Amino acid sequence: MNHDIVERHVGLLVVLTFVALSFGGLVEIVPLMFQKQTTQPIEGLRPLTALQLEGRDIYMREGCANCHSQMIRALRSETERYGHYSVAGESVYDFPHLWGSKRTGPDLARVGERYSDEWHRAHLYNPRDVVPESNMPAYPWLFERTLDGKHTARKMEVLRKLGVPYTDEDIAGAQEAVAGKPEIDALVAYLQQLGTLLKFQR
Amino acid sequence: MSNFWSAWIIVLTVLTLAGNAWVLLANRKTVSRGPDTTTGHNYDGIEEYDNPLPAWWFWSFVLLFLFSIGYLIAYPGLGSFKGLLGWTQVNQLEKELAAAQERYGPIFDRYAAMPIEEVAQDPQARQMGQRLFANNCSQCHGVDARGSFGFPNLTDNDWLWGSSPEQIRQTITHGRQGVMPGWESVLGNKGVVDVTAYVLSLSGREAPAGDINAGEQAYKTVCATCHGPEGKGDIAFGAPNLTDDIWLYGSSPAWIQQTVRYGRNNVMPAFGENLEPAKIHLLVAYVWGLSNLDAKETASR
Repeated sequence: MNHDIVERHVGLLVVLTFVALSFGGLVEIVPLMFQKQTTQPIEGLRPLTALQLEGRDIYMREGCANCHSQMIRALRSETERYGHYSVAGESVYDFPHLWGSKRTGPDLARVGERYSDEWHRAHLYNPRDVVPESNMPAYPWLFERTLDGKHTARKMEVLRKLGVPYTDEDIAGAQEAVAGKPEIDALVAYLQQLGTLLKFQR
Repeated sequence: MSNFWSAWIIVLTVLTLAGNAWVLLANRKTVSRGPDTTTGHNYDGIEEYDNPLPAWWFWSFVLLFLFSIGYLIAYPGLGSFKGLLGWTQVNQLEKELAAAQERYGPIFDRYAAMPIEEVAQDPQARQMGQRLFANNCSQCHGVDARGSFGFPNLTDNDWLWGSSPEQIRQTITHGRQGVMPGWESVLGNKGVVDVTAYVLSLSGREAPAGDINAGEQAYKTVCATCHGPEGKGDIAFGAPNLTDDIWLYGSSPAWIQQTVRYGRNNVMPAFGENLEPAKIHLLVAYVWGLSNLDAKETASR
């Protein structure tokens, strides 16, 4: 074989390298974009409300996903602790999804309704107040900062372009729904709806 | 999965394997053309020896190919083909659950058939209950079940929602929500201070300020509906007993004023949809036992 042609033409080298690397993705990723299991929402799945959506952005901003996954695998050790394993249909409105891959803290895929709002507030203000051995950072500023909702409607419009079924009323009322609320309210609202659609008795 | 995507996956997978096999076999050299022979490639004066791939390396590749063929026959990988073993991650999980049920099920069943009072006396049941408590309850009530500000102490035999095993089971299974409204708009600042003074007097304490008699009048019109005319509380609303000097939200006059002023909303989440009845049974026994077994036994635990 004569490598010279490829080695002397950098453009061709780049193209062929991409071709060689693309097979895994073409086989493992591309078909998933066209499967019912991965593109259809599960029954009862609703887009996040304006407040929950802002909470999700705070979740991302504070890097919660760095220590908390949102992906319960189909293993008994996980379903015993967290509940029903995660299914793709739960994440179809998530852009980007927050599955994560690291668990310094527990998985949060089904944390919704497991604790009271007051517990979440106490825990986020200072985790040691309720769980003395916790090594989670405290987030006291969430109680001082308030949302202005300036970009909430715009975020929902973009999400609608990506396929999240927000109605015109949702978008029109978005700013009003969040303006003036403390950030902690938004984050707790987001956490309390996580994974509540699928139940599993452990 | 549609036929198109199934075929897409099969064709690409097979082509990739065949292509890799071709790269390996077509370029194979078995005989060295001499120790100093080079491939003739020259990169800025750097040359490349032209030696055969070491045999162990070549054969490892061959083994990997054979493994991949065996794997694709046994497990799902080629499009819609499910593999001869019929493996899926869900049926693997179901097998794990069935094995666990076979092993642990009889233990849970035995306790589920026993009355709470007996389960609470059983050392193994109590250990199991303690583990379940640590996993599911300790985040709020604490590992020692003594609670904290806003989260009830479960060891003091003081109950917001009833002390019987059945009431405890109801609390764990369906959750509770205790709502106390804020009374500042009704009572005014002086009223709040007076009521606090009266409430403190119910447990024999003295407040630094406030008119107890005025407070009593306000108590009778406003607070007695839920907390009772004598302040003994009412488990129908989860209204705390105000005469026992046990305080969920702080015992200082300032904290009590805060509670009267702005109210409280205390939620115990429901566990019925997440925990099996047999596990809740063990938890009921454990929690009931925390307050009802004699102190010596509790201490030795």
